[in-house]
Amino acid sequence: MNNEIVIKTDKLTKKFGDFTAVDEISFEVYKGEIFGFLGANGAGKTTAMKMLIGISKPTSGAASISGFDVYKQTEQIKKNIGYMSQKFSLYEDLTIMENIELFGGIYGLSYVEIKARGKNLIDKLNLQNESDKLVESLPLGWKQKLAFGLAILHNPQIVFLDEPTSGVDPITRRQFWDMIYEASHKGITVFVTTHYMDEAEYCNRICILVDGEIKALDSPEGLKRKLEAKSIDEVFVMLARSAKRTE
Amino acid sequence: MKQLISFVKKEFNHILRDRRTMLVLFGMPVVQLIIFGFAITTEVRNAKIAILDNSKDGITQKLITRIESTEYFDVEHSIVSDQQIEEAFKSGKIKLAVVFQPNFQNELSHSNKAQIQIIADATDPNQATTLTNYISAVVMDYQNELIELNKPPLTIETELRMLYNPQLKGAYISVPGVMALILLLVSAMMTSISVVKEKELGTMEILLVSPMKPWLVIISKAIPYFILSIVNVITILLLSVLLLDMPINGSLFLLISMTILYILCALSLGLLISTVTNSQLAAMLISLVGLMLPVVMLSGYAFPIANMPDALQLLANFSPAKWFIIIIKNVMIKGVGIERIWKEMLVISGMTLIFILISIKRFKIRLQ
Repeated sequence: MNNEIVIKTDKLTKKFGDFTAVDEISFEVYKGEIFGFLGANGAGKTTAMKMLIGISKPTSGAASISGFDVYKQTEQIKKNIGYMSQKFSLYEDLTIMENIELFGGIYGLSYVEIKARGKNLIDKLNLQNESDKLVESLPLGWKQKLAFGLAILHNPQIVFLDEPTSGVDPITRRQFWDMIYEASHKGITVFVTTHYMDEAEYCNRICILVDGEIKALDSPEGLKRKLEAKSIDEVFVMLARSAKRTE
Repeated sequence: MKQLISFVKKEFNHILRDRRTMLVLFGMPVVQLIIFGFAITTEVRNAKIAILDNSKDGITQKLITRIESTEYFDVEHSIVSDQQIEEAFKSGKIKLAVVFQPNFQNELSHSNKAQIQIIADATDPNQATTLTNYISAVVMDYQNELIELNKPPLTIETELRMLYNPQLKGAYISVPGVMALILLLVSAMMTSISVVKEKELGTMEILLVSPMKPWLVIISKAIPYFILSIVNVITILLLSVLLLDMPINGSLFLLISMTILYILCALSLGLLISTVTNSQLAAMLISLVGLMLPVVMLSGYAFPIANMPDALQLLANFSPAKWFIIIIKNVMIKGVGIERIWKEMLVISGMTLIFILISIKRFKIRLQ
């Protein structure tokens, strides 16, 4: 991991009327890092991420992604990031190969690149026999792995994952994280939100969000040491006890 | 360009794989056209009528033969008196009765005037009007022949002409109506549903985060429906001409250009709908209630606009279908050129422009 900063926010805030969803969050993410955004439902994780990827305008504060400003340079940001949303990111009525061709096309890859990278992805996921099947016929875990593969098909600098493993069984979740590690080794920065505490342990650093505010930001080890906790779960319970928001 | 092609390809896959969509796209126009062209029609065939000939001369006989020889009437020969006619009307046995005055031929040749009484069962006023018009047309035809034969000519009491549609063919009303309806439905409803579907599934978010420009997404969505609409237009026109004997009296080029303009208008309306709603169901309801009903009720397709209350007449002006139907009728049936329909064309163009402008304004690049 190096010290090149790829995401930087300064007092980034999002208000919906009187409600402050994200309250003056400031943090930095380094290149190649796996950065976890941890919080209960409604803590503001998704809202914060949406500001970073340019589909939600911040109310105040500043943020830059790969050096591009989230207010003015959303077009450049879009070219440099990948995104996998909480909702399902693939087209169910298209085949696996068609989904690959579509996203390759949208991100401007050449025909040759799409062919090569598509084959690579299918081989990696062991989907050789399913590549002409509709996505809807795949089990959820495979869909999520495929969606992640598509989110990084164009080799983005940063990939944003919004609760990518919710509803997926533990074994598939483990395989999913293997893919995340592999991406990180290639130098892709991973920004991931989750509410699974065991997943938080896999991150290089985690940021715990409670009621829209950052309560803690450190490596999992560092946090456990500081709060004298045995697990991140314990850390989270200690910090989130003060939470007022419930869903 | 590569983005556009990839995306249009995807859209075609969505459409071609969804059997229901395909059915709506291609089944509906054909079914509608056939239902409205054949089944639901103001045209009346084989209507039971009675003829009471109080004169029984050469002219009345000829007229009766003419009436009988059309496919519209089926003469009940058993009815030979006034009383029987009344009876037959009451029992619903006949829809119309023709009564010749006594001494018909004599009257005609001496005073140049003779009377035929046409009695119709007006419990169904539309049918009654249609039938009396048919009879009058047959009588008028015969009169005209008499004029040519007899010099000096006989005086003609009345004149009745069915302009452009002498046989009052149902297709003349239904083809423009079905075209206006189908194109609006396919272009506006299907486009809005397909855009809203992406919002509902969450894939719109993925697209907005991608470098693909939002307007390109929208255009790619519209292109397949534009192409399919053109296919539909060709199908409707072929069916109309081959099956319903509808003429295309004006220029085909003008007809197609006007239709393309209307399709663009409908597409932009569909985009507008997709910007104001977030669920497929809502998009469908808005399209059906907001577009179909006005088209059927207010465009002059089912009911003549001139007979509507002023408020509704005013409202009818806001339906692009009204203007399109006027254009189609003029070009297809009357065969006029652009100089007679440019006003309607401008109205539709204006509407299209307004829909597009509002859509662009409302289409949010950032979701919140």
